[in-house]
Amino acid sequence: MSVVTLEIDGKVCTGVSGETVFDVAWNNGVKIPRLCHIGGLPNIGACRLCLVEVEGQKKLLPACITPVQEGMVVRTWSEKLIAHRRLIVELLFAERNHVCSVCVVNRNCELQDLAVELGLDHIRLRYQFPKLVADTSHERFGLDHNRCVLCTRCVRVCDEVEGAHTWDVSRRGALSQIIADLGEPWGESDTCTSCGKCVQVCPTGALFEKGKAVSEMRKDRGFLKYIVTAREKGQWIR
Amino acid sequence: MDPVNRKPSLATVWLGGCSGCHMSFLDLDERLIELAPLVEVKASPLTDYKDFPEVDITLVEGAVANRDHLEHIRTIRKRSKVLVSFGDCAVTGNVTGMRNAFSVPDCINRSYRDNSAVVVGIPSGNSVVPELLERAHPVHEVVDVDYYLPGCPPDGDAIHQLLVDLLNGRAPSSDGRRFG
Repeated sequence: MSVVTLEIDGKVCTGVSGETVFDVAWNNGVKIPRLCHIGGLPNIGACRLCLVEVEGQKKLLPACITPVQEGMVVRTWSEKLIAHRRLIVELLFAERNHVCSVCVVNRNCELQDLAVELGLDHIRLRYQFPKLVADTSHERFGLDHNRCVLCTRCVRVCDEVEGAHTWDVSRRGALSQIIADLGEPWGESDTCTSCGKCVQVCPTGALFEKGKAVSEMRKDRGFLKYIVTAREKGQWIR
Repeated sequence: MDPVNRKPSLATVWLGGCSGCHMSFLDLDERLIELAPLVEVKASPLTDYKDFPEVDITLVEGAVANRDHLEHIRTIRKRSKVLVSFGDCAVTGNVTGMRNAFSVPDCINRSYRDNSAVVVGIPSGNSVVPELLERAHPVHEVVDVDYYLPGCPPDGDAIHQLLVDLLNGRAPSSDGRRFG
């Protein structure tokens, strides 16, 4: 492990080799937007919201899967990056039926927060209004495909942390959909342990606890950090 | 505003919405009294106008959901200097747009046949009941919109801020704005 010094938005930052640009930026107070990334889960660089400009590179690089290098010069905010990020968020809103006003996480939603952070006040693209369903077959939780942004946090937490791998993605492109097991109703899944980790990491109201009305649900993100780092920090209590 | 220094005129319009945004407008409470001498209200859902007037600022609540709305919003756009999409139904389609995943006949049957104990008739679009459009549109899908005020409903403070900014000839501030 060697210390790496780089420049992020004109600020000299230090990280450790092997760390990502994303982590070093956040540790130094530069909050790069993200949606598929969540601390404690493996990064996949899928949502493209954390794209940054790196001097000497023609292409934009996803900060969450780009390792830091000595002497790197990174820009996390520019007209071009903001325009790209806005378009990504607009595409997400237009692709499915995110009706915030009737959602369990209205005002506690990462997608909504991104829209505000990027200064969106309307969506320039034509809404697709796909006909999608909600799976409420599980006793305690529900999955509403209308609000899913396919970040796959649920897939990763179920596989990598809980070890159940109940969730996966079926089909391709705009038809992609999160499925339980081989497309079973969630409530009939043989592998689901009903731990609820997927519900807590979901950035939107796609995965939710039953019995919560509009705006009533708050997601608990802290638990994941605890699970991942508690052993090393000696925080296990039993 | 013309050179004779007259007061700016304001109109509020109610298309395919629940009137909640207008209720929220009333939540300006005593600030309505402060605003009243500063503007001339030329049209509102309570005004019995035959022809939409020429106005400086128009706030439009609701999605464009039927033939009447479509005709109305086109006239409104022509006669408004500044047009504001007022609330989520106008901005995104929101609840009014939730029918868009289904066909119009399916929606009509659901409302007037399946969920009705007594079926007296199915509105088909005539001189009294306007025909539904194939889908409910956010206002900016149909006409140009100058400013957007999201929220279901936008709260009184946000409405007040927007009006004060517009009346002072400024672009509305987005401080504290929500999306949805």
